[in-house]
Amino acid sequence: MEDLIDQSDLVLQAFWLTIQLAVLSGLCSLLFGTVLAAMRVGPVSVLRAAATTYVTLVRNTPLLLVFVFVFVAAPNIGWFVGTPFLVKGVIAVSVYTSAFVCEAVRSGVNAVALGQAEAARAIGLTFGQTMGSVVLPQAYRASVPPLASVLIAMTKNTSIAAVFGLMELTGRMRYFSNNSADDTVIFVVFAALYIVLVELISVGAIGLERRWRAAR
Amino acid sequence: MTSVLFDIPGPRTRRRHRMYAVVAGLALLALAAWFLKVLNDNGELAYELWEPFLTPAYIEVLWQGLLDTLAMAALAVLLAVVLGAVLGVGKLSDHRAVRVPSWLVVEFFRAVPLLLLIIFLFLGPLRLSPYWSVVVGLTLYNGAVLAEIFRAGVLAVPKGQAEAAYAIGMRKTQVMMQIQLPQAVKIMIPAIISQCVVALKDTSLGFYVLAPGLTTVGRRIWIEFGNQFQTAVVLSAIYILCNLVLTALATWVQRKYVGEQKLVVPMIGAAAGESAGRGGL
Repeated sequence: MEDLIDQSDLVLQAFWLTIQLAVLSGLCSLLFGTVLAAMRVGPVSVLRAAATTYVTLVRNTPLLLVFVFVFVAAPNIGWFVGTPFLVKGVIAVSVYTSAFVCEAVRSGVNAVALGQAEAARAIGLTFGQTMGSVVLPQAYRASVPPLASVLIAMTKNTSIAAVFGLMELTGRMRYFSNNSADDTVIFVVFAALYIVLVELISVGAIGLERRWRAAR
Repeated sequence: MTSVLFDIPGPRTRRRHRMYAVVAGLALLALAAWFLKVLNDNGELAYELWEPFLTPAYIEVLWQGLLDTLAMAALAVLLAVVLGAVLGVGKLSDHRAVRVPSWLVVEFFRAVPLLLLIIFLFLGPLRLSPYWSVVVGLTLYNGAVLAEIFRAGVLAVPKGQAEAAYAIGMRKTQVMMQIQLPQAVKIMIPAIISQCVVALKDTSLGFYVLAPGLTTVGRRIWIEFGNQFQTAVVLSAIYILCNLVLTALATWVQRKYVGEQKLVVPMIGAAAGESAGRGGL
């Protein structure tokens, strides 16, 4: 415990790195995942097949192997050689998480009843109006809970960066575990830091859901 | 095909979509060709680098790794089902003294990264072996997730079932064991199989503590041959294949025994019935 207090700057640095990893990967995977989802629900057959293949392959690969591709295998073909570790970590986590974001967004779109769009067209709304005021608002609302679950899992998954040399929370816990006797206290402290992040996402999602809830 | 997003396309739109498809197809082909060229220019397609995966001795080593991985995942899921049943029923208990600790344990292990847990089990006061660090870690994490699935499964059984059982004079334990759980199990099985996919993928974390299994075997191979890329491709292919088989099994069970009903598992930190969504990457 004294170690933790004496070197609290190291703990805070690790916490900050985990936050950076989570926020940057979150943004990248939301962006790329939404593009994938658009491809999957779009009318162009080739793009649909491509996005489906991507999601199937990536979803069934362990994240650790995605990290192996980015950190260990890519330098062999001259990629990511001088890239900062944080960027490489964000790339690995985003490649993996986008597949899940795609599925969450798609489930949101699928949750909108067909009749909604048909009714919108029947009263003469244009494509833009149908999308903007009828379909997408409902799709966003339906995809909040699954997206929050994806982001929570992603935040926990950033821990795998520790295996590849990033000193984020998990890597830092390992460093402290090597050096001191009361490992249980250290574990609980680091676990609590993760729980703070997870609860933040959870509370945010519940708030959004409440705000966007509509009478049915 | 009808969709909420767009109307059924007419002949002109279909022509346009076909044109987009051709353009997109060409672009994707170009991308694939370029990637192959990059691989070829760096000698990654050389036969020597792929040879280990066609050599019987190495196939045997990989096979052993796969068996270890599957054994770890299977043992962990088995233990997790038991733990999940205990915690899940505990969360449904009428007694606060049982409910609150069960809730606490479930929320804690669902919110903590598995790797952090494995490192703690490996280096902490317990000093478990690499094998047991991974198995116990997987058990605790998946047990917590399965507890939520059990709870959701029991709650998905129509209320009248339990009420009827109480009405004919059954005790609480009898109602749970004889009426609610048997019906809940049927609804839960697809979700449990899907959780096996998560557990199987997470066995790869054994890499960090050098537990037996595919990723550790893979590291040995790429250290020997310097074929990091090829090894990663082969390992991913093995994982993807196993997971696709499991997913197909889950879908089949769902269709055959359960039908349309889907389990809804609350998000971490959400009150029951508030936020829905399956976590578990």
